[in-house]
Amino acid sequence: MSTSTDKKLVIRCLQKILPTESVLHKEEDLRPYECDGLSAYQQVPMVVVLPETIKQIEDILSFCTNQTIPVVARGAGTGLSGGALPLENGILMSLARLSRIQNIDIDNRTARVQPGVRNLAISEAASSYGLYYAPDPSSQIACSIGGNVAENAGGVHCLKYGLTVHNILKLEVITMQGEHLTIGSDALDSPGYDLLALMTGSEGLLGVITEITVKLLPKPEAANVILAAFDDVATAGQAVSNIIADGILPAGLELMDNAALRAADDFVNAGYPRDAAAILLCEIDGTSAEVADRLEHAQNVLRTSGATEIRVAHDEQQRAKFWAGRKAAFPAVGRLSPDYYCMDGTIPRYQIANVLTRISELSNEYRLPIVNVFHAGDGNLHPLILYDANIDGELERTEELGGKILEICVEAGGTITGEHGVGMEKINQMCVQFNSMELQQFHAIKHAFDPDELLNPGKAIPTLHRCAEFGAMHVHHGQLPHPELERF
Amino acid sequence: MPDNNDKTEILCDQVLRACSSKTPLAIRSGNSKLFYGRDVQGEPLPLDEHNGILSYKASELVITARSGSRISDIESALDEHGQQLAFEPPCHSDQSTIGGAIACGLSGPARPFHGAARDFVLGAKIINGKGELMQFGGQVMKNVAGYDVSRLMVGAQGTLGVLLEISLKVLPKAEAETTLAFEIDAVEGHKMLRGWLIDGHPVTASCHYQGVLSVRLSSTENSISNAHRKMGGEVVANDLWQQLRHQSHPCFEQANLWRLSLPPAAVIHNEDDQLIEWGGALRWKVSNNDLFEQAQRLGGHATRYNINSSPAQENSSDEIFQPLQAGMLAIHKRIKHALDPNNILNPARLYKEL
Ligand SMILES: Cc1cc2nc3c(=O)[nH]c(=O)nc-3n(C[C@H](O)[C@H](O)[C@H](O)COP(=O)(O)OP(=O)(O)OC[C@H]3O[C@@H](n4cnc5c(N)ncnc54)[C@H](O)[C@@H]3O)c2cc1C
Repeated sequence: MSTSTDKKLVIRCLQKILPTESVLHKEEDLRPYECDGLSAYQQVPMVVVLPETIKQIEDILSFCTNQTIPVVARGAGTGLSGGALPLENGILMSLARLSRIQNIDIDNRTARVQPGVRNLAISEAASSYGLYYAPDPSSQIACSIGGNVAENAGGVHCLKYGLTVHNILKLEVITMQGEHLTIGSDALDSPGYDLLALMTGSEGLLGVITEITVKLLPKPEAANVILAAFDDVATAGQAVSNIIADGILPAGLELMDNAALRAADDFVNAGYPRDAAAILLCEIDGTSAEVADRLEHAQNVLRTSGATEIRVAHDEQQRAKFWAGRKAAFPAVGRLSPDYYCMDGTIPRYQIANVLTRISELSNEYRLPIVNVFHAGDGNLHPLILYDANIDGELERTEELGGKILEICVEAGGTITGEHGVGMEKINQMCVQFNSMELQQFHAIKHAFDPDELLNPGKAIPTLHRCAEFGAMHVHHGQLPHPELERF
Repeated sequence: MPDNNDKTEILCDQVLRACSSKTPLAIRSGNSKLFYGRDVQGEPLPLDEHNGILSYKASELVITARSGSRISDIESALDEHGQQLAFEPPCHSDQSTIGGAIACGLSGPARPFHGAARDFVLGAKIINGKGELMQFGGQVMKNVAGYDVSRLMVGAQGTLGVLLEISLKVLPKAEAETTLAFEIDAVEGHKMLRGWLIDGHPVTASCHYQGVLSVRLSSTENSISNAHRKMGGEVVANDLWQQLRHQSHPCFEQANLWRLSLPPAAVIHNEDDQLIEWGGALRWKVSNNDLFEQAQRLGGHATRYNINSSPAQENSSDEIFQPLQAGMLAIHKRIKHALDPNNILNPARLYKEL
């Protein structure tokens, strides 16, 4: 049977499960799904399905298992690591149509939602009760809560309020084998293994998440932000450590370097000090009294840490303006260059100054500008490498530079990804971070859920074979970062 | 300089040998939580001598320690920098170790407000059931590379791996702490408490017992006195929270005690012998019958919790933990198999089948 008849058969079967218009198969209908937020990787899938019910999801998965067709789940497609990149011979299952907020439980302070619900929509729905959902990725107007769970998404506020894993209670999951699992509960803990933690950040490899119960928090009574300017990026990095060491836990602590703050200021007129080498935005929230006390405390630390200028937002409008610059930083940087590539390495805070220096050396070496705007409080870097995909070889050089930055992060005691996930993009760097036994352990866990490797295969966890090739390639260039690590 | 407190090699060897001879291992540390699970018949694998703090930098909010380190030693180190284990792990004796605390996954009074043991785990070095030494997670705040195997260890009670080293997030202690007491019944008390939580008062613990609601506030002095003004209540001593945390409160001495973990707003009855923590989400209750079904009906689960009794025998039909639904048990078994294929690590400690 030729592939085209194969495909026709698959379509016909799927049309028995779903309404005809929910099975996309024409080239022009498939195009919008060819990539997620990382557009450097593209692949049109065989078919896209748009289920609206749990039953349909179940039937699609069971059909795919019977026919050994791989499946990739997709939320809003804002992922930055190619996690939702389709497979040529596979089915892409978009969960965007499961977008109902099922229930907001005020007494228990929880919301039960379908996976396609947008992150921000939860806080909007809870707002009139004085509640909100804490994790706030910069993509929150678009990204789905299902995708957030699959990536363990973070945001500006996770230093104080935690990541997705800290803010969910319960998941409904369907495995490729058709099992329905209720993981976690409406109580704060559950018997048995912590499968809630295992599912969170598993990048759509273990099961399809069909419902999520999230915790809601009371909106803090007060919040304000300090903008501190520095004449040197390293000093700003040190100030971050000093704030934390002094017992302050800011709600957000973000760093922008000169290029980033200028771009943001040009874009949204945030009123930033344009000559500063770096600025820190330090948000304090809590009760009014707490905020007053801690603002004072934080300003003192920033001053003794060498800030050249300190501004406290004098009203809600100015606070919003300071944050608007940070929130618009990515699109603002997008205007500086035809393309940019966002990295996500995370390092211990005391290494910030050191790693930023090494990144700037690499930037010079590769003659590719790098802009830094990141979650400094968490040590979660987001170096943005500026490049032009239309210039021959520039994407390849960018990827190589990106890979090196991640290896520096691992060397500095950190990790290759803080919140964006491994996906397709960082799969080679997984061979740097983990040895073969650890990778095999990951595969064994995958098999406990998906023995036939049909759910998002080839993502997140590299095969040992792939690592062997990557290792060989690196030795060839003579720059193996961890020669002591066992390789295949 | 050789590090005499590093037993990694010896432990790996022992697991490796046990794996090839299929000998069950009984993982032991401070021995203070034997009651919390079923009895394990096996060759002892002692962890208490594998101890020591490996790194701690206050500015990082991270401490890494060997699993046999005593919690009291860890807390003194943190205390010097005004920091704490914010999940307030119960220590049933001064021998309690950090490995035991993480393996059991228990958390104290601050749990709904600061988070649970699992929320603070950043990374772990483990030996799996094949004797393989592996490291997951790390020492940074955020890390999504690979599955979260280190958090999977929390509450697994050693059945998935021998914990060797643990990296934990720590938090600064609040400037001040005050306890307010209110004479009120459980039902009305929890209504009031829910209102205070929505209002954003700096509540970090609650307890209702025998007609008194106690609430802990942790924040700056100013913030606490503001909250006190709005909430009312009588200022009392803070020592209740230590008794609850370490489960030395008289309530825990009762026979046939059950731990009920429920949605906080699950229906509350005014019962004198019931102690309620966690804003309603944790209830301690004496019962001669098992409460698994009742807890499940209310949306939570129950645990048999007899601190002074010996662990249930291997073959006992008395479950300690809420029985798992068939589908969940099946996936639990497959996960167990993925990490411990020969079933040698603390077999049957959690459930007969694992
Ligand atoms: C401008 C911009 C800013 C961003 N800022 C942040 C940030 O601050 N913090 C942050 O953490 N991320 C950020 N991201 C990345 C991205 O938004 C997050 O990773 C988000 O969680 C992805 O959600 P999504 O719905 O778009 O998922 P998708 O991209 O559609 O999918 C992501 C992964 O999840 C899987 N998946 C999706 N839904 C399900 C489901 N229901 N069941 C099982 N698997 C599923 C997919 O298979 C895929 O592997 C940003 C992205 C952009 C474009």
